[in-house]
Amino acid sequence: MTPELGQLALILALLLALAQSILPLLGAWRGNRALMAVARPAAAGQAVFVAFAFGILAWAFLRFDFSVQYVADNSNLALPWYYRIAAVWGAHEGSLLLWILILNVWTVALAAFSQKLPEVFASRVIAVMGLIAVGFLAFIIFTSDPFGRLLPMPGDGADLNPVLQDPGMTFHPPMLYMGYVGFSVAFAFSIAALLGGELEQAWVRWARPWTNIAWAFLTCGIVAGSWWAYAELGWGGWWFWDPVENASFMPWLVGLALIHAQAVTEKRGSLRAWTILLSIFAFSLSLLGTFLVRSGVLTSVHAFASDPRRGIFILAFLTIVVGGSLLLYALRAPKVAGGKSFKVVSRETVLLIGNMMFAVAAAMVLLGTLFPLIGDALKLGRVSVGPPYFGFLFPLLMLPVVLLLPFGPFLRWGKGDTPALKQVLLRAGIAAMACAIVATFFVDGQLKAIAGVASLVWLTVGVLLYAVKRWREMPRGRRYPAEMAGMLLAHLGVGVFVAGVLLSESLSVTSDVRMAPGQTQHIGGYDFRFDGAHRATGPNWRADQGVVTVTRDSKAIAVMHPQKRTYLRGQVQTESAVNAGIFRDLYVALGEPMDANNIEGAWSLRLYYKPFIRWIWGGGLLMMLGGFVCAGDRRFRIKRAAESEEAIAGLQVQETHA
Amino acid sequence: MQLFRSSAPCARINLVSGLIRAQGVLLSVLLATFLVFAGVAHAQAIEPMPFANHAQELRFQHLTQQLRCPMCQNETLADSNAPIARDLRNQIFQMMQQGKNDDEIKQYLVARYSDFVLYDPPLTTGTWLLWFGPLLILLGGAGAVLVAIRKRSRSGTVTTEASTDNAPTDNGDDW
Amino acid sequence: MNRLLPFFGFMLLVVLFGFGIWWNTQHDQNAIPSPLLDKPAPAFSLPKLYEPTQTVSKADLLGKPYLLNVFASWCVECGVEHPVLEAEGPSLGVQLVGYNYKDAPADAKRWLAEHGNPYNLLIADEPGHTAIDFGVYGAPESFLIDAKGVIRYKHIGPLTPDVMVKELKPAIAALQKDAP
Repeated sequence: MTPELGQLALILALLLALAQSILPLLGAWRGNRALMAVARPAAAGQAVFVAFAFGILAWAFLRFDFSVQYVADNSNLALPWYYRIAAVWGAHEGSLLLWILILNVWTVALAAFSQKLPEVFASRVIAVMGLIAVGFLAFIIFTSDPFGRLLPMPGDGADLNPVLQDPGMTFHPPMLYMGYVGFSVAFAFSIAALLGGELEQAWVRWARPWTNIAWAFLTCGIVAGSWWAYAELGWGGWWFWDPVENASFMPWLVGLALIHAQAVTEKRGSLRAWTILLSIFAFSLSLLGTFLVRSGVLTSVHAFASDPRRGIFILAFLTIVVGGSLLLYALRAPKVAGGKSFKVVSRETVLLIGNMMFAVAAAMVLLGTLFPLIGDALKLGRVSVGPPYFGFLFPLLMLPVVLLLPFGPFLRWGKGDTPALKQVLLRAGIAAMACAIVATFFVDGQLKAIAGVASLVWLTVGVLLYAVKRWREMPRGRRYPAEMAGMLLAHLGVGVFVAGVLLSESLSVTSDVRMAPGQTQHIGGYDFRFDGAHRATGPNWRADQGVVTVTRDSKAIAVMHPQKRTYLRGQVQTESAVNAGIFRDLYVALGEPMDANNIEGAWSLRLYYKPFIRWIWGGGLLMMLGGFVCAGDRRFRIKRAAESEEAIAGLQVQETHA
Repeated sequence: MQLFRSSAPCARINLVSGLIRAQGVLLSVLLATFLVFAGVAHAQAIEPMPFANHAQELRFQHLTQQLRCPMCQNETLADSNAPIARDLRNQIFQMMQQGKNDDEIKQYLVARYSDFVLYDPPLTTGTWLLWFGPLLILLGGAGAVLVAIRKRSRSGTVTTEASTDNAPTDNGDDW
Repeated sequence: MNRLLPFFGFMLLVVLFGFGIWWNTQHDQNAIPSPLLDKPAPAFSLPKLYEPTQTVSKADLLGKPYLLNVFASWCVECGVEHPVLEAEGPSLGVQLVGYNYKDAPADAKRWLAEHGNPYNLLIADEPGHTAIDFGVYGAPESFLIDAKGVIRYKHIGPLTPDVMVKELKPAIAALQKDAP
């Protein structure tokens, strides 16, 4: 199939996106139903063409069409088919195509599931999604066309960077983009509400499941990225506070604040302006992430080919979208503090405090990430900001959140009662302290590890106490509504995550050792015996493969095969061997042979014992699960005719006044 | 157009294979670089050193993790495969054997490579904004939250779920 | 008014990013500014490349300014820079000192035979320890050192004709103004 068809499809998609955005907005403004009705069909049409373009690119990869520059740069004849598909989003142009494809997935879903929303509101929401699509499609067509030709066609391509030839890496961008792009839905809802001059908060209920799902996907994407870095980058780290990691973490933090703020606004009607502002920030940070990674403004792991022209385009797009929406916010945000009031001791207060901590944390990460750039701008000299900065301030900011978390569900809306809180404090507090004291004997008095145990117990007991309370008080079938079950899962995930981080950071053991075949090292209670190395081959690589046998108290645990691979184009890649476990990971990386000409002799190796490291991703996955479960709550489905009629009537009244 | 110095040993650079094009010099040059490095003994971050004891090893690991590799700028000195990283690690090891403390070692490196090499930005007038910024934002946020709570707790009677409310948010929520 | 705060905050960010894009077109982002500018060059004592029994020290080079060019046979961009040095080196008005960095002497000599030798003097630092004192972290790098042994200019990366015209020659001219 000619790649030019892909280009054509993108152009047609752009035209449809223009129709999808301009016409319904005009229609909503003028009350013209015919124009508003353009929204859904235009969205469907755009999706078809974008999917078609994506399919063409995937097809080009599968058929080894090296006449397409992008295919030639990112694959070769020896690349397995599954990595050829992943290569579609392996570099800048293709990843943007993935972005717009996912935007269309969300738009189509929105178009399908919003049938019961008031027409004016729904058409505005879809139109805003269309505006975003216009920006991205224009960016792709004018600066980042993946379908450019390479003539004469080379006999073989370059290769997909070996670091990307890994299942985690193929999975990570789609999940991440589902999250980033998903925040555009909450954004579109907020813009539509601002445009319509909403005074009713029903629209927040409709926005909630979409936001929760987007946040859950983002969580999944971040977890996948962290896990991949651990497995692939060779040094056992799972988070580096690298600019592009931060670029995904900031929208995550703001999204976290958003899902909680939306809960308050939906149930109590308060914090409306803040909720709108947060949804603008969440999506803005998603777009900002895109900018940071592609403009070359910061030194980073993920530096896509940096091109000032592209940087300027995205900056302009960012300015229009974010600047425009913030201006709209300034003009139209609800000025009257609406909704129900609340006392100092109430659920609203702790959620507000939590929101503040998340927002400050996101601001801190932004400051730290951009500071090198600020330093250059203000001639403060070249400064590096890394884990010592972020890793110090972030836990500090999250400490109040961890302390307040168990109280959240026990507090009532509006006014909480203190006896219940005192009980929670006593029970969870004593449990946490008791376990901390016991832990002291097991962890050589390491403060971080003790804190990890204490946090785990504090948070888990808090969740359990509430779960038990619900069990006792409510009849069967009404105990755990999905929204609450999601909350409990996610909060449990926080406990697991915090424990994983603190325990693995404080109790890990790493050692660089020189080992001849037959020698043994004792690390973290395990015996690692090096059994020599030999050659091995794969589809597009050759490797020196070591064999390491691990035993514990003479019981065989694992045989590990760390490799040093050399790919077809000469890139050398360390494939570490990981023996995964629920309570610990064992990790071996191959270094250098002591004698370069004799790979069967002694080698240098790096051995790791990493306890509880899987809990980090386990906790993350629990949080993700919590987000998905919460979104499934029946309350969010616009089923109950009476309620939706009321809400629709309310909104229509507003819209005719607007 | 800038020509960048060979970044082949930097494992974490250019993860996405969007290679930098330099007006025609391109792929062939960069590929040649890769091949050159494949042939040369690939300096690795894994380097067993004769530490006197485990505490020393821990100190070395901790120190090198706080320092930034000048060549592979996205990696710590502990993790980088660059030749300069290897040299600097050896230098740090020597200095530890000579009894220098962490501050002296850091000073040594900063005198030669500037503050860039510290991942822990020093507190100077230049970095004041960086270190105190979050605190200021926190104070500002706390102020806003306090004001909001005061306003809310003063406004009218507080309604709990038990009251009769038929605003659209009355949704049968029992928690 | 405070509803406009987010908007203004964001616009500040846009200005910062605009600056960032512009700054990037002007500077090599990976170049670390040298803390040794306008400070005395580190004392060194290195063997000559072609006569390894003879050593050259910093004191030997005092009295005349020189361009210390860090290069190696394994460095690809050095090959790109070399023709520029050969073409413009003699006309610079300062001595050209070649600093062979972390290279086997045989490889270096072969490379120079292939690519040409524009240097007035060649010293070798195979282990690379002295280079650390200079803040060298790769090749090519070039230092302009004045007659008193103070580092007045450093360039990281290859010396292109553009850099020669815009930066190096003005720096040399500034030297000659101070100490004719």
